Amino acid sequence: MPAALVHRATRASRVAGVAAIVAVLVLASLPAWADPSTLRLFVEFACLLALAQMWNLLAGYGGLVSVGQQGYLGVGGYALVAAADLGGLNPFLCVPLAGAVAALVAVPTSRIVFRLQGGYFAIGTWVVAESLRLVASNTAAVGGGTGTSLISIREFPKALRESVTFWIALAVAVGAVAALYWLLRSRHGLALAAIRDSERAAASQGVDIAATKFWVYVIAAFGCGVVGALYFLVNLRISPDAAFGVSWTAFVIFIVVIGGIGTIEGPIIGTLLFFVLRETLADFGTWYLIVLGLVAVVVMVRFPRGLWGYVAERFDLHLFPVRRRVSAGDT
Amino acid sequence: MIGWIDTLLQGLLLGGLYALFAVGLSLMFGVMRLVNIAHGDFIVLAAFLAIGIALGVPAGPALLLAMVLPVMVVAGYGLQRGVLNRTLGKDILPPLLVTFGLSIIIQNVLLEVFSADSRGLSAGGLETQSLRIAGDLAIGWLPLITLLAALGLTFALEWLFGHTTLGRAFRATSDDPQAAELQGIDHRRVYALATAIAFAVVTVAGVFLALRTTVSPSDGPGYLLYAFEAVILGGLGSFWGTFAGALVLGVAQGIGFRLDPGWGILVGHLVFLAVLLVRPQGLFPRTRD
Repeated sequence: MPAALVHRATRASRVAGVAAIVAVLVLASLPAWADPSTLRLFVEFACLLALAQMWNLLAGYGGLVSVGQQGYLGVGGYALVAAADLGGLNPFLCVPLAGAVAALVAVPTSRIVFRLQGGYFAIGTWVVAESLRLVASNTAAVGGGTGTSLISIREFPKALRESVTFWIALAVAVGAVAALYWLLRSRHGLALAAIRDSERAAASQGVDIAATKFWVYVIAAFGCGVVGALYFLVNLRISPDAAFGVSWTAFVIFIVVIGGIGTIEGPIIGTLLFFVLRETLADFGTWYLIVLGLVAVVVMVRFPRGLWGYVAERFDLHLFPVRRRVSAGDT
Repeated sequence: MIGWIDTLLQGLLLGGLYALFAVGLSLMFGVMRLVNIAHGDFIVLAAFLAIGIALGVPAGPALLLAMVLPVMVVAGYGLQRGVLNRTLGKDILPPLLVTFGLSIIIQNVLLEVFSADSRGLSAGGLETQSLRIAGDLAIGWLPLITLLAALGLTFALEWLFGHTTLGRAFRATSDDPQAAELQGIDHRRVYALATAIAFAVVTVAGVFLALRTTVSPSDGPGYLLYAFEAVILGGLGSFWGTFAGALVLGVAQGIGFRLDPGWGILVGHLVFLAVLLVRPQGLFPRTRD
């Protein structure tokens, strides 16, 4: 009798893996030959991709539908300004530090917002983000309601600044995807998938739901804090409305849902689509937001698993396989 | 001393406006567990419909309300039947995302039509008149009428839920849609009626909002948060709880504004978060969700 074999990699995933490595290597050389506006566009792309993966981890796997991730983004941005300008630290090194600050804020916050379930949790997280925005608006040291500029970065020459920021952005984007991929393939990923499918069944199998959700929330806050610092490293100007705006979360939710929630490929597709849509409809002002909202509503009602969910099901295609498959082996 | 009594009174009156924002949300929460992220935007939409009509037709607030009300009620019924009913189910993401999408759409359409300017409605001189209580203590007629309207609507909704056939259908569907279906209640229709009534309340809220202050297209999310805080502060399951929660929020913001003009809304949020931490079931709960 042939023994059953458990494997996860597919031919498509091996091809995708090699292609991804080549793509990252090509991207890493971008500062040598691309113009600054391309670099800047990529940094924005990296920010949204990393945010989307964090929200995907929260909502797609942890069952935590948050509308308040902009709160941690803002905390990260302000942590950068405070540590670099007021504290005198190297602004580039402040990027991981900003993530740590956001994660620290998430620890006590989780105790409050976890009292709310489902939709109430969503709006509760939004209240927290708004409170953080108001704290920033009332803090004179960081410019109050009008915000402030990142000054300490001016001591670096422009070309060096652009290249280093670009490499940090590349590391953040690759890191977010790789971290999620690694997490989901680990023991904890199995627990997360179980929680996603049924909390009650997962609990009955010994999964510690509360602890798992807590860690998911803190990790996502770390990711959002890093993105906040990265974004304002390029933008150089921070204000409460830009840093804590709910439109961050709106974009991210649309990206993840249109691309396909609960997959690693979905947010990548969604982010690419978002940028294509934004660059094509840029001349139409607010209409692009209206179109984006409509597309998201239609996708949610008609294709609840998003574009990639549809493709994966139809063609059994998995570029980042996290599921275990069983087949009859020949040993 | 008199200053603090004034702060308390103004806070209670502000709470009256928040109660108008909140009871509609409480109704939709209560009947179908639907968290409508676009709730605040619908209030702003109703306000702008009234403002838009007032630009062309010289009409008083009551007539404007009478004109906007049927439009919003039909819109609410249609929205529930055509869109929101399809999203309700075990998964909480579809209703959240769809109402989030609607929120973005409403804000940007209003921005296209009315620009980003703040606009309001004229109450025909009522906005400057006040009722003198004692010495320096006076309350405006318009805030007082707003509070009375909130009181009246809360009472009406409690009566509707407790003493009518429709109210019984609402309660039955809220407890168990399948069991209600077995008794011949079409829960999709009941949901649509609940949203229609909620939109009637939203319209009243929108008109009073435009009378009391100016509105701009992006204000909706703020009102959603106040309404949500009132509902959770009061405790789920009763309109009187929501009404009381709105007054608590109004007083908290009033005290905050008195301490520092930049702190008013923040103090409201902090009181909400503190209550959530020490008393997550709310201050006056009737049912456990």
